[in-house]
Amino acid sequence: MMTGVPLSWYLILSAVLFALGVAGFLFRKNIITVFMSIELMLNAVNLSFIAFSYQLKQVNGHIFTFFVMVVAAAEAAVGLAIILSVFKNRATLNVDDVNSMKY
Amino acid sequence: MDVILFLVFALIAVVCGINVVVQRHPITSALSLIGVMGSLAVLYLLLGAEFIAMAQVIVYAGAIMVLFVFVIMLLNAGAEETRGKSLVAQLLGLPLLILFLAFASHFVQRFVPSSTIVHFGAFTSGTAHNIGIALFTQYLLPFEVTSVLILIAILGAIVLARKELD
Repeated sequence: MMTGVPLSWYLILSAVLFALGVAGFLFRKNIITVFMSIELMLNAVNLSFIAFSYQLKQVNGHIFTFFVMVVAAAEAAVGLAIILSVFKNRATLNVDDVNSMKY
Repeated sequence: MDVILFLVFALIAVVCGINVVVQRHPITSALSLIGVMGSLAVLYLLLGAEFIAMAQVIVYAGAIMVLFVFVIMLLNAGAEETRGKSLVAQLLGLPLLILFLAFASHFVQRFVPSSTIVHFGAFTSGTAHNIGIALFTQYLLPFEVTSVLILIAILGAIVLARKELD
């Protein structure tokens, strides 16, 4: 007996994780948590890529996931450096306090 | 067996994902995010993506999250304050989120053919061998551009985080 999971379950899981990432991005005030929500969204999209790659029986989705990982690593390095310098200048991690370009 | 593995690790991923968003303290969010990434690696294995699963554990859970935890501890980030939440966001946020999820599930169920059943071991092309062949033939130019991107990111991180020289 070999029962499996429909592919759409993976896509729905991906949508759930993406929605959680969006919620964290919009609702959190801590800039590091906002940044981690972006990583959560990237992971959700990666799961979609892998699922579609399974359906099409091609390896291309894996390559895209690999590139997304590379971009996420670069983004984490630069973003955390920006957070460090913001914290050095403002001594805050609250995104609402860093608003001098808003007005 | 596939169903049990999927349900267990999907549940872990969703619970840890909720934990990332709900927790006040960033270090708890970071550890929950590592849980999400680990369970996603198992799901990648179930989908036959063994190289990506290993890269997920090593690069995401290993390197990127260590960077996050390092910065959280370096900045001594405490629990975030709750002031200034807008009333509209509090009232409409959760219903809109559930509405979005309902729409997404509906469209996925409607447009993705449900005839595709995921069996562990049915798709075995995700090995490092096949990924390497695709990466160094068909996707050679994006791969090389990626190296330039990483170089720029390293330079940018150093320039942003260095001490100001007078």
